[in-house]
Amino acid sequence: MSTIETKKVKFKVFRFNADEDYLPYYDEYDMDVTSEDVVLDVLNRIKWEHDGSFSYRRSCRHGICGACAIKVNGRSTLACKERMFDMVELFGEELTLDPLSQKRAIKDMIIDKGDFWEKHAAVTPYLVADIEEEPESENIVSPEDEHKLLDADLCIQCGACHYACPVVEINEEYFGPAAFAAAYRFSADVRDEDKERLKNVNKMGQGVWDCVKCFECAEVCPKEINPIEKITKLHQMAFQEGVAENNVAVRHAVGFKKSIQKRGVLDEGGLVLYSEGCGIVKHVPVALKMFKKGKIALPWNIPTSENMDEIKKLVKSSSTAKF
Amino acid sequence: MSKLKYALFTGCTAKQSTPEQYMSTMAVAKKLGIELVELVEASCCGASHLQDYDEFLSLVLNARNIAYAEKHGLTMVTICNTCQLNTAMTKHKLDNDPELKAKVNEKLAEVGLEYKGTSKITHFLYAIIDDIGLDKIKEMVVKPLSQFNIAPFYGCHNIRPSELANEGHKTPESPYRPTSLDDLIIACGGEAVDYEEKNKCCGFHVELQAPKTAAVLTGNAIAGAMDNNADMMVTPCPLCHLKLDTQAEHAGEAIGRELEMPVLHMQQMVGLALGCDPKELGLQHHVVDVNFV
Ligand code: SF4
Ligand code: SF4
Ligand code: FES
Repeated sequence: MSTIETKKVKFKVFRFNADEDYLPYYDEYDMDVTSEDVVLDVLNRIKWEHDGSFSYRRSCRHGICGACAIKVNGRSTLACKERMFDMVELFGEELTLDPLSQKRAIKDMIIDKGDFWEKHAAVTPYLVADIEEEPESENIVSPEDEHKLLDADLCIQCGACHYACPVVEINEEYFGPAAFAAAYRFSADVRDEDKERLKNVNKMGQGVWDCVKCFECAEVCPKEINPIEKITKLHQMAFQEGVAENNVAVRHAVGFKKSIQKRGVLDEGGLVLYSEGCGIVKHVPVALKMFKKGKIALPWNIPTSENMDEIKKLVKSSSTAKF
Repeated sequence: MSKLKYALFTGCTAKQSTPEQYMSTMAVAKKLGIELVELVEASCCGASHLQDYDEFLSLVLNARNIAYAEKHGLTMVTICNTCQLNTAMTKHKLDNDPELKAKVNEKLAEVGLEYKGTSKITHFLYAIIDDIGLDKIKEMVVKPLSQFNIAPFYGCHNIRPSELANEGHKTPESPYRPTSLDDLIIACGGEAVDYEEKNKCCGFHVELQAPKTAAVLTGNAIAGAMDNNADMMVTPCPLCHLKLDTQAEHAGEAIGRELEMPVLHMQQMVGLALGCDPKELGLQHHVVDVNFV
């Protein structure tokens, strides 16, 4: 039998009561944590042994309800799943506990998750299908078709990814990784007949084209759902289903193929011109600065890959998407 | 130790908007006694944008690039985080899906190539750390950067997704507490600045479609370094470099404060410490002057 180890940890804990406090503050607690503890055990002990007014959400204690996500040293995590010792190993013996989003804090670890739910609702997170009430046979989904959903079904809506996403913080319209994973879940379902959802998540500002591809969501998800994988699929589906709009983001993606077909390597200036069209003028001031420093290759100096014939042939034979 | 030899995948920017990155890669490799065989046949990695449009095509093109490294029997070294992500992701997908690999190879056969999966793929930063070693770098330093506070900026695609990133190198790196670049700064004699944004995103990939998001992210990164008394930033990624070096003014407007920060490529920092000539490292190609060396 393995023995239980203990470590001393200093916790800095975010405290705030929206009804009473003008500003948040941190309380410090020195506690022993054991190799058996998960983060939630520490939250419980703070409440039970130190301060009964300390507030946080939890219910299932089994990684199912999605209520207990918080941040440890800035990292989103599911409190009932994350092992304390792993956190100590990663960040050392001083740990800071914060709510998922400080600016949305209501009381201590509890936040107003309203924006998360609004965005979830906005992507039509259900099957839209005209199904007969009394069908003659079952609506069978083949294992291959089921497999296409990947693991998007496993989301517990904990919000860990949403509040780790840098774009959610900057752009209020942006749906966020969990909503996109949900959108993918239903748009990839063979029974679903809703094209509006795909159009909706492809709109600039709110949609997938505003994702910065930072992979924070893939990293934090306690269910290993990899939301950005679904975001990439939604991009691809927009082309497959013919809903991709002719905008700067779409032209940018398509422009890569055009450039590769021509030179193998990218013609950076050409790509910006193709993507932006007349919008290119706004890049002129920076481009001039760059030009002065020898950072812009003139058309006759843009390199071309060797064995271009191979690249041209492969682009022709291996293309699977149209715009 | 036999001479280190790699297949170099330069990526596109090193030949256009960040010429200094190519120059400094060559200069540092020479100093370190590394032989680089440039993959002149390689095409663009798709930068994760082609992947949004046509995934299969991007796999075929990246597999072709890797096949050339395999032909040389060499590890492929990348000098751009996003090139690293896209080539490594291609390798991961093909090595774990025989059916997909066969499909891709069917296409490559048309041009007489085959993807086998025999070459490792790693970013130059990790090649230096894993194959040369920080101790050796420390020994070789002739101009320690001891008077400088240097803020490491890791760039997303070298550290996330971590499972993939860690396939390429020996010392696993935590995306929440990365250390490689800090260690390299220290090996070069500098002081590594700790700040919140060092493992965050620079916003490069939405520069065109979401300029505000891109500018705020760049702004936060530079501001974080400035607020922690950095004299300069250093990054292994030319795309991050482009944002930090050429977009500081926009970024400053977006977050409402003046920003300016000299930014070195990882190779330039090592080069300076090893005594390379600043000209040879291409410092004259920066928008924000690096005039203290
Ligand atoms: S990859 Fe996209 S969705 Fe995921 S956290 Fe980053 S910006 Fe947000
Ligand atoms: S995708 Fe993962 S991290 Fe995001 S809400 Fe769902 S379970 Fe939580
Ligand atoms: S308490 Fe339900 S997921 Fe943690």
